[in-house]
Amino acid sequence: MDSSVNLWPLLGVAVVVAGFLLRANPVLVAVAACGVTGAAAAMPFIALLESLGNAFVNTRNLPLILLLPVAAIGLLERFGLRDRAQAAISRVRSATAGRLLIVYLFARETTAAMGLTSLGGHPTMVRPLVAPMAEAAAEAQYGPLPDRLRYRIRAMAAATDNVGLFFGEDIFVAFGAIVLMHTILQAEGIEVDPLHIALWGIPTAISAFVIHAWNLRRLDAQLRREMTAGAGAAQVAQKDVA
Amino acid sequence: MTLTIDHFYILVGLLLAAVALMNLVDRSNPRRVTTALFWGLYAVLYLAGERIAPAWIGALMIAMAIIAGFGGVRAGTPTALPDASRRAAAARLGNRLFIPALLLPLVTVIGAVGLKNVQIGALPLLDPAHLTLVSLGCGALVALAAACWLTRASPLQGVREARRLIDAMGWAVVLPHVLAVLGLLFSEAGVGKAVAHLTTAYIGLDMRFVAVAVYCLGMALFTIVMGNGFAAFPVMAGGVGIPVLVGVFGANPALMAAIGMFSAYCGTLMTPMAANFNIVPAALLDLPDKNAVIRAQIPTALPLLAANILLLYFLMNL
Repeated sequence: MDSSVNLWPLLGVAVVVAGFLLRANPVLVAVAACGVTGAAAAMPFIALLESLGNAFVNTRNLPLILLLPVAAIGLLERFGLRDRAQAAISRVRSATAGRLLIVYLFARETTAAMGLTSLGGHPTMVRPLVAPMAEAAAEAQYGPLPDRLRYRIRAMAAATDNVGLFFGEDIFVAFGAIVLMHTILQAEGIEVDPLHIALWGIPTAISAFVIHAWNLRRLDAQLRREMTAGAGAAQVAQKDVA
Repeated sequence: MTLTIDHFYILVGLLLAAVALMNLVDRSNPRRVTTALFWGLYAVLYLAGERIAPAWIGALMIAMAIIAGFGGVRAGTPTALPDASRRAAAARLGNRLFIPALLLPLVTVIGAVGLKNVQIGALPLLDPAHLTLVSLGCGALVALAAACWLTRASPLQGVREARRLIDAMGWAVVLPHVLAVLGLLFSEAGVGKAVAHLTTAYIGLDMRFVAVAVYCLGMALFTIVMGNGFAAFPVMAGGVGIPVLVGVFGANPALMAAIGMFSAYCGTLMTPMAANFNIVPAALLDLPDKNAVIRAQIPTALPLLAANILLLYFLMNL
């Protein structure tokens, strides 16, 4: 057995798990885990602070994708972008929340596979357009929805964007993940064509589409079941609206 | 001149400073001072982060976490248009409202794909190291200009609306950033090696199916812990994929790599550590349950992980 591996830093992982289970504030949990991990790896306090500071500065690019679009999106929302998106979809009689999201899944996955990953996203597409449209499609079919189902549709809209992005982008040959895999295999003395890595991703990309589309069909089935179940569902809906 | 990501750091820093000031003078925010302090500190990171000693930045991050952890980050009551005038505006502007919304991704794609190799003099037009983000920044500015022109609103109103959305997300805005720091610290402290040791040292890998399953499940598990498939891949590929699957069972390395990375992505769908994909959208969509997006993704992630194991097992020697 390899005894040179230091298992103590796993305490940091334990802090994260415990923190999320106790529903403590995640930002505080993450920083507490930083402290525990640093202590377990026997880092001096100042070195730990420096290490955290350097990492915090070097990862400043991450929140940009969230912070840059908010002014434009917020302004359009003020003047009724979401109302407009809902009005547009409620005129399409065959639209259901599930079908609409399946179309979005297909569009998101195929465009990501062509390298166009920035065509979607939570702040730019899901919040202002996709989620309100999915809600409106369900409301056009069944009338006002109880909050529980409304939240479920929104969560599925966000999930659909993620699934489409993850399993589409990885079959685009110039994507960072492919470059990373190629570099690591090369370092181990294995020569592969990056194009082959991309191509071998296709079976999983198709499976992801089929499985998630099936889950979106189940969303439609759930809506149908709960919204047409009779007076009970209607009463709940009335109460939630009031 | 090259348009670099540093220009957008300044822009975001100014936006965050505005959010801090607007909260400071807003009496409808029950914690206006601590909220302003939180966004003000974050603004400092963007405006001057590279000029401050790293240890102070570390202390700044801890201060922000303490403010957030003790409920110091709250929102004011936004002054939205009344429902009736908003609907009237929507009816008046009609489908033209979609134009700025679609300009944003469109300009981003044009920048990231079309202007990739455009140079002015000897310098590239857009920062090649952060091409997508710089393009997104341009897209956001074009969309804001178009939205102002269309609605006759001032750019200042745009900043107010940005504050409304940032307030609504609250501390969730900084969570992906802080988790990325934790991920870097995890690799520095050797958490990766420890997890790989645990997943590989106690399981016999001499059966083909067991080896395939350990590789795929290890990728997912590791990603759940670290929040990032890119951290999982080198460890699991180096620990199981290359020596066992390729070395012993003669797997196709391209297939081993592709399915390994996708197994890691199944883990990304199931972890609050991947906050920008899983927790931030819950905040953006006003969901009371911050884990609602993860709950919606588990029924896709688990069958897909099983599908990956079967695909790798049956296709590995093609």
